[in-house]
Amino acid sequence: MALRNDIKKVLVIGSGPIIIGQAAEFDYAGAQACRALKQEGLEVVLINSNPATIMTDKAMADKIYIEPLTLDVVKRVIEIEKPDSVLSTLGGQTGLTLSMQLAEEGFLDSHHVKLLGADPETIHKAEDRQAFKDTMEKIGEPCIPSKVVETVEDAVDFAKEIDYPVIVRPAFTLGGTGGGIAYDELQLRDIATNGLRLSPITQVLIEKCISGWKEIEFEVIRDRKGNVITVCSMENFDPVGVHTGDSIVIAPAVTLSDREYQMLRTASLNIISELKVEGGCNCQFALHPESMEYAVIEVNPRVSRSSALASKATGYPIAKVATKIAVGYTLDEIINQVTGKTYACFEPALDYVVIKFPKWAFDKFVYAKRTLGTQMKATGEVMAIGTSFEQAIMKAVRSTELGVDSMNMKKYQEMPIENILELLQNSVEDERAFQVFAALKKGVSVEKIHEITMIDEWFLEKLKNLVELEDWLADGELTEEKYLLAKQYGYLDSTIERFSNQKCPMHRHAVYKMVDTCAGEFKAETPYFYSTYDDENEAAQFIARTDTGKKKVVVFGSGPIRIGQGIEFDYCSVHCVWTLKELGYEAVICNNNPETVSTDFDTGDRLYFDPLTPEDVDNIIETEKPYGVVVQFGGQTAIKLTRHLADKGVKILGTSADNIDAAEDRERFDELLEQCGIPRPEGFTVMTTKEAVKVAEKLGYPVLLRPSYVLGGQNMIIAHSEQDVVEYMGIITSHMIENPVLIDKYMMGTEVEVDAICDGKDFLIPGIMEHIERAGVHSGDSISIYPAQNLSQKIRQTIIEYTRRLALALDVIGLVNIQYVVYRDEVYVIEVNPRSSRTVPYISKVTGIPMVDIATKIMFGATLKELGYETGLHPEGDYVAVKVPVFSFEKLQDVDTMLGPEMKSTGECLGIGRNFEDALLKGLVAAGYDLKREGGVLISVRNSEKKEMIRIADKFSRMGFDLYATSGTASYLNRNMIATNTVRKISEGSPNTLDLLESGKIHYMISTSAKGRMPARDSVRMRRKSVERSICSLTAVDTANALANVLLSERTIDDVELIDITKI
Amino acid sequence: MALIRHAEPAWLVLADGQIFKGNSFGATGTAIGEVVFTTSMTGYQETLTDPSYYGQIVTQTFPLIGNYGVNSSDFESAKSYVNGYIVREWCDKPSNFRCEDTIRNFLEQNQIIGLYNIDTRRLTRTLREAGVMNGAITTQNPEETPEILENLLEQIGNYAVVNAVKSVTDSARHVYAPDSPEQKQYQVVLFDFGYKRNIRQELVNRNCEVTVVPADTTPDEIRALHPDGIMLSNGPGNPAENTQIIQNLKEIAELQIPVFGICLGHQLMALAHGAKTEKLKYGHRGANQPVIDLASGRTYVTSQNHGYAVIGDSLDPEIAEVSHINANDKTCEGVRYKKINAFTVQFHPEAHGGPLDTAYLFDEFISRMQESQKGSE
Repeated sequence: MALRNDIKKVLVIGSGPIIIGQAAEFDYAGAQACRALKQEGLEVVLINSNPATIMTDKAMADKIYIEPLTLDVVKRVIEIEKPDSVLSTLGGQTGLTLSMQLAEEGFLDSHHVKLLGADPETIHKAEDRQAFKDTMEKIGEPCIPSKVVETVEDAVDFAKEIDYPVIVRPAFTLGGTGGGIAYDELQLRDIATNGLRLSPITQVLIEKCISGWKEIEFEVIRDRKGNVITVCSMENFDPVGVHTGDSIVIAPAVTLSDREYQMLRTASLNIISELKVEGGCNCQFALHPESMEYAVIEVNPRVSRSSALASKATGYPIAKVATKIAVGYTLDEIINQVTGKTYACFEPALDYVVIKFPKWAFDKFVYAKRTLGTQMKATGEVMAIGTSFEQAIMKAVRSTELGVDSMNMKKYQEMPIENILELLQNSVEDERAFQVFAALKKGVSVEKIHEITMIDEWFLEKLKNLVELEDWLADGELTEEKYLLAKQYGYLDSTIERFSNQKCPMHRHAVYKMVDTCAGEFKAETPYFYSTYDDENEAAQFIARTDTGKKKVVVFGSGPIRIGQGIEFDYCSVHCVWTLKELGYEAVICNNNPETVSTDFDTGDRLYFDPLTPEDVDNIIETEKPYGVVVQFGGQTAIKLTRHLADKGVKILGTSADNIDAAEDRERFDELLEQCGIPRPEGFTVMTTKEAVKVAEKLGYPVLLRPSYVLGGQNMIIAHSEQDVVEYMGIITSHMIENPVLIDKYMMGTEVEVDAICDGKDFLIPGIMEHIERAGVHSGDSISIYPAQNLSQKIRQTIIEYTRRLALALDVIGLVNIQYVVYRDEVYVIEVNPRSSRTVPYISKVTGIPMVDIATKIMFGATLKELGYETGLHPEGDYVAVKVPVFSFEKLQDVDTMLGPEMKSTGECLGIGRNFEDALLKGLVAAGYDLKREGGVLISVRNSEKKEMIRIADKFSRMGFDLYATSGTASYLNRNMIATNTVRKISEGSPNTLDLLESGKIHYMISTSAKGRMPARDSVRMRRKSVERSICSLTAVDTANALANVLLSERTIDDVELIDITKI
Repeated sequence: MALIRHAEPAWLVLADGQIFKGNSFGATGTAIGEVVFTTSMTGYQETLTDPSYYGQIVTQTFPLIGNYGVNSSDFESAKSYVNGYIVREWCDKPSNFRCEDTIRNFLEQNQIIGLYNIDTRRLTRTLREAGVMNGAITTQNPEETPEILENLLEQIGNYAVVNAVKSVTDSARHVYAPDSPEQKQYQVVLFDFGYKRNIRQELVNRNCEVTVVPADTTPDEIRALHPDGIMLSNGPGNPAENTQIIQNLKEIAELQIPVFGICLGHQLMALAHGAKTEKLKYGHRGANQPVIDLASGRTYVTSQNHGYAVIGDSLDPEIAEVSHINANDKTCEGVRYKKINAFTVQFHPEAHGGPLDTAYLFDEFISRMQESQKGSE
């Protein structure tokens, strides 16, 4: 039947801002879906509030709404666009939930819109706990036995039925408070009593404890004909108990015999067939390590993070195939793009192994609880492909950019063995694999570690192989045999030299193998490669065979998604590749993030899925022999490679290595500013705590401290006292950071940001952005407005002029991002980044200036004039765009939500409107602010901000909110004629602020005390409580003021026009 | 790790003169065979004990083999029939609750010469492009003198898999019954052309008493057994060389007893009905082969291991029709007979290793026997 003929116009719902658990994988899936639909000649309407995505790019859809993903807004889009269908399964949980709501309300039926991809019945069966259990029971698939009970006796009775140990999970307590594992009746009585007391509805779930079982996943696809296949199996390094998003994962499953593998594969097929999913589905199982017993943990009837990983791991494009199935195709009608001959109705065979390694933000959130459990905490991940487990994990560790090049982590090397074992015993932490490795290295047996961690011996033995190799390297002469084995095990030359303390006897270049879905059975032309140490270099053969005479350009991607380096760099890398292709070059991508569009094998002309370290990159250069390389779109990951590549004689396209260095090196940068006559906040470079304290005193508090190489404000703070400086220097020196620390005078002015394009002669500023929050809040965490609303003509001119001077002085060829602070009517430069930035996608979209496209063309000699652009500031458009950051605080226990110079947001939303108020309203709604116009506001601000709070509190008061504050703030506000209730501080006994936050009376909290980040502090505890209770917490007076203004305007999202950005 | 540090060298010499140097595991010496590859990612133990691999040197494309060791319950026959075994890496510290030994010890016990630590993908690509070819694994350096190599290449050139079925079939009959006598509902004769145990097991699980008979069992002998159904097993080699068996099958088919054939059994049945078989360039070996059931239009993922195939067009449309085709190369994967009660498939519904998706074919065989019993009542 192929394409259904009743589908002409499809609405695709995206997944919104990047948060922990819902990240770039949905941009990859969504972008594939949009492309697949367009290939079918269908009209595509897209809604997604995330401006940093590729799917919201004009090339991807016919109509694009960067609008809040709320039910009402989606309904309005449907009313405006009148699509005949909605695709529900490609936009993560957000897209799926919205689609289901639309269907269940009858809105889709009444508007004659078909739901594609998932049936409400299917979703109900998969997502409703009871319905899921019933369905599994019906088809004889075992679930984890569990029961909701309301008395201790019932708990004990049920535990007898299912056998100890059991897990007690109290209902509606946050972070599982009051739960635990009971090994016998005595313990159960104890835990259940406590759990029932803590649960607000006196309910606990008693569940069979399966911790220690293996966790196995299958990615499955089904079509309407009933064809079913599994794309990939995956096995978690960590046994059940750690969220799969936080576990190291290997594909395919490696410790299962064929019997076990087929048993679970068949179970997956039975489940997807019973649920009647048409598209992709993810099935998670727990498998008893010592028997054939298993249980279904979870089923996701949609594309997911795991399906993105499975797609990249196998070369099988799940999202694309799922989309084609949704519009009517069956698996046997869809060609396998990789071989061009075979069909999508087959199962990929791998002739390599794949390892996924998560990337966490604990380097930034030093006080966050590092324990891993059922709540995912990783912000991103890397994938590595190798011909052995050892090789793949070594590559994965390098790709993760943890500052290590092997499994050895300094702090565990130095830790006594008892302490390491204690760590392993007590909890699962993000660095568990490194702890395990250190234990092995210190001679602890595989059996012992297995006993403690329940990690399968297979993984432990493989890690032990690495230990043995490292010992062998250190023992005696570094022979060629040793060297070659170390290369096969994934070691860099520099690492081999460090372990052996000898020079390498030779140098061996890597060869590249193709990812072809079929283990070599069929001839494939997938330009998708990974490195290994073997005989044949298929990439070299491929290049020779497909030689077009075009020049080759290598584009370096940005690696794993982390706070401060997100999806926006993937947007830039992909755009660069598109432009390179348009210009007639062969574009080659190197990256290691499986979630992204850049690592889709048909984005570039060739894809190398490998780490981005100097030696890994050298190997690629050796095989590709490119004309030049592009580093300015891959964030700091790519920029870091510049000097190395330039030293090797590789042509850096765009701004030169020397000029990049001039912007990053503090001393050279100071000189440059002096030459240009541009002021910056006074500052110095220090190496020790003692020096730091001295300099801080000289500058006068507050001061800003940061390491000299900055990534997303990593480890950056504002110090108000000597104590802060000492605390900070202590943390930073423990993080192996060898670069010096910078201390600047902290100026609390308006922050302004500019992205500019320069061709060496002329420069173009698409737009000037102004931040709502004053300097001190990281630019990535600020609400940013384009065009700037409050700058005088004079300031504006100064900014344009400074941008010109800097761009020309640095001889920028391509993009440059400059951050300014306007303080007492003077403009100061804070930072210059001669590369793409977080704001490039959004500014490109709202100004209609394709910045990356232009920058790429300029790298190849085009000028702004030739491309039709005037020099200077581009005329402002008709729309105002407001970027609002989005955080994942509820996923990260103990992290202070107070905004500061260290970036904390994981994603962003955009609001576009005819005026500032509308745009801000949209932005806030998109970011999840519920904008209630009644209830209570709890205020607790530091002394210096009390005065400013008067007018803000007054606004809330006039709108009818009840104000609450701790004694100091309350009496201050009351003295200023604003009626405020006094609440006790936590230390003053109950009832206090925490009880008030618990009570449900508070809808907004304004909390700005800024001392330290220790979780034990009152202010931090209040902010954490507000996160737990989903209370809107504002930690900067400027944000609070902006929010008050939006509330005062009395406009709601329904009053605001929706905008198709393709018309801008 | 230790296994690479202390390994002895071994070589693979291909008929085209290519030499791969790797390391030795299992037995030592020289083994000649037809070099083939399988893309199955699990089920190496089933592969090693599948008699259909008789005379062949099997290469695993999945690089990590032996991860879960070897256990006594996953054997598909009493011993290994492969002539040699090639892997990228084998696991000396396997991990699985059923694991009893390592794959190396298994090879040693079975006197199989193994080779590891070579670029198996290069070898696979060579076989894919040139087609299966003969080769030798040897633990003696083939390039030590030109004479050694020349001699070896000559032997390789002369090698052919012949008398394959005769070499693997058991000359004695064996009877396998369901656990309790009252479960027994059907009497099935299973022709042993080199059968995999799970074919027998699938039948026993479905209440059949299975009498396994030698490949050369005559129609009269079959008649005397009064079976409700006849199962033709898988097996090795060129199907056309089994002229007497083909002759016997012609007559047996006329008995109007339901017949179900798998793999070689499928080919022999087609030959008995005048069709032809051909040798595929590099065969189908793996657990991911898509097969289209032409009647339903459904595609099933199947386990396969065959170098020859029935030429679909050579079937007389009066006598039989192609029921299944391979979705990749469209070769014949199943036949249904029109005048006799017989159906056969090229793939392995019994799995082990591989997907269990087509086990329903055994149910169909049971239904056919049931129908036939009713008819004769």
